Amino acid sequence: MRPPIHQSTTLPTTNLPTRWAAAWRSFRIATWLGWQIESNWTDPFLFAIYSMLKPLASAAILVVMYGVITNGQFQNPIFPYIYLGNAFYIYVGAVMTGVSWAVIDDREHYRTLKYIYVAPIRIPAYWLGRGVARFLTGSFAVLITLAAGVLFLHVPFQPARVDWLLFLVSLTLGVVMLALMGLVLASISLMIAHHFFLIGEAVAGALYLLSGAIFPLEVLPPWLRPLGFAMPITYWLELIRRSLLGDIASGFPTLSGFTNGQLLGILAGLSVLFGLMAAVTFRFCDRRAREKGLIDRTTNY
Amino acid sequence: MSSEARPFFAPVPKASGWRLFLKTVVARAYPRVVGQQRERSWIFFDVFLSILAVSAYVFVYRAIGAPEEYVGFVVVGGAMTAFWLNVLWSMSSQLYWEKESGNLALYIMAPNSMMAILLGMALGGIIATALRAGAILLVGSLIFHVQYAVGNLPALVAVFILTLAALYGLGMMSASLFLLWGREAWHLANLAQEPIYLLSGFYFPVKNLGFWVAVGASIIPLTLGLDAMRQLLFPSGAMLGFLPVPVEVVVLAVLCILFLIAARWLLGYMERIAVREGRLLESRR
Repeated sequence: MRPPIHQSTTLPTTNLPTRWAAAWRSFRIATWLGWQIESNWTDPFLFAIYSMLKPLASAAILVVMYGVITNGQFQNPIFPYIYLGNAFYIYVGAVMTGVSWAVIDDREHYRTLKYIYVAPIRIPAYWLGRGVARFLTGSFAVLITLAAGVLFLHVPFQPARVDWLLFLVSLTLGVVMLALMGLVLASISLMIAHHFFLIGEAVAGALYLLSGAIFPLEVLPPWLRPLGFAMPITYWLELIRRSLLGDIASGFPTLSGFTNGQLLGILAGLSVLFGLMAAVTFRFCDRRAREKGLIDRTTNY
Repeated sequence: MSSEARPFFAPVPKASGWRLFLKTVVARAYPRVVGQQRERSWIFFDVFLSILAVSAYVFVYRAIGAPEEYVGFVVVGGAMTAFWLNVLWSMSSQLYWEKESGNLALYIMAPNSMMAILLGMALGGIIATALRAGAILLVGSLIFHVQYAVGNLPALVAVFILTLAALYGLGMMSASLFLLWGREAWHLANLAQEPIYLLSGFYFPVKNLGFWVAVGASIIPLTLGLDAMRQLLFPSGAMLGFLPVPVEVVVLAVLCILFLIAARWLLGYMERIAVREGRLLESRR
């Protein structure tokens, strides 16, 4: 009897430890590969400059905008609200699009997706691994941006007052959630050719606007606010701000009615939801892509 | 067979000289203009994505209580990002893409001028992008109720045309450089987005960066072009402007000439280097 079309014929699917071992191996090797692709196009010095310039320039645009209007009143609580939101939003672009871009890179640029598909690896684990390199460069960018804010712009950061446990739990949950969102986008990218540039950018752009990354949700028109409350990144950024800034962050009215525990619960629930969505979307898109012969399609777009 | 009948294998009339140059320009511009008709959803997405970015910056200004004119500055800057992205990804990087897809060797083998190819790319890009920029400007202005006060329309049109001429001259010049850089081209184009948005004052008056930073940033034609357009579009624009508009027009005209000359020289240089080192057909993925 032929195996179901969505199952790899090269990997045993019944033995759980074997499946985990294959997934771990796929993840590990993809992480190494992703790092090589991200970093080996130039020397380490230029790569470091490249990794710093973009996020610092993005932050500087907001800093100049803020400075022009407020005559440089960086002590106002709205400034660290904007600055931290923008800094941690770097993870959204890095992790989410980092995972989903692997499909495009392998299919259209390197034209290796078909070889990866016939290799004895777990595809979702491979995609997640490809996102790790972007997570690492994103972390570097976040650190540099935060350091610039603390050193030069009076962003109030006192290590002794930071809720480190809340910060680490929130950061981990958030990164996992973003990776799962990336997996959903990666699966959809298997099915599309003409809009692959746009799908990641559209989602990241919409989230930037709707999640209150750089302004409180109250500034949005009332009809757009519910969308902001439906976005998991809204809760994630609030938790990050609360853990790093304490009272300054919880002073904004948007989510002041929620305790930290409630926000964590919402974030965890949404992460589980995205995990399920990722599994379902991958099974569906993978099967359709195989049926329609889309795995080895190159479009030159 | 009558004597007037055309033989089956009669030679096609050949163009040469300036006719060939013009035909090449039109031929290379054609796919740029027609291409977007084939994929209309791209126009929607390009406008939609730009509006998302513009909206985010507008809401930042509103969150910190900025005067409403700054909203207009953001909308105009957001519309002009379409041209910058087009120059980066479809001019500067284009010869590199052409090499990757195998067209570059054909361009060089064919009996046409490479300057005509670049000019065609620029003209087609301007026409195609003007539609997107116009849509961003219109939609952004309507959504955020931007008020314009145009006192000197001919000057505004002249500044706009000069800005685009200089900007696409820069794109033609950098196309050769990007080709020489090879695989780094993608990263360099990627790098030239946010830093240029910052230095050229896409979302705030460039004057706020300080005199010397603004002078340095003026090498990007959009810096002075945007500044001049804002001065001509908004009542307080002149007060927030970096240099008087006539000075900015003269500098833009000089940049335009400089970039076109540099594009021609670099193109020749690139061809010599690439032919000598055998890099026209290489593909380093």
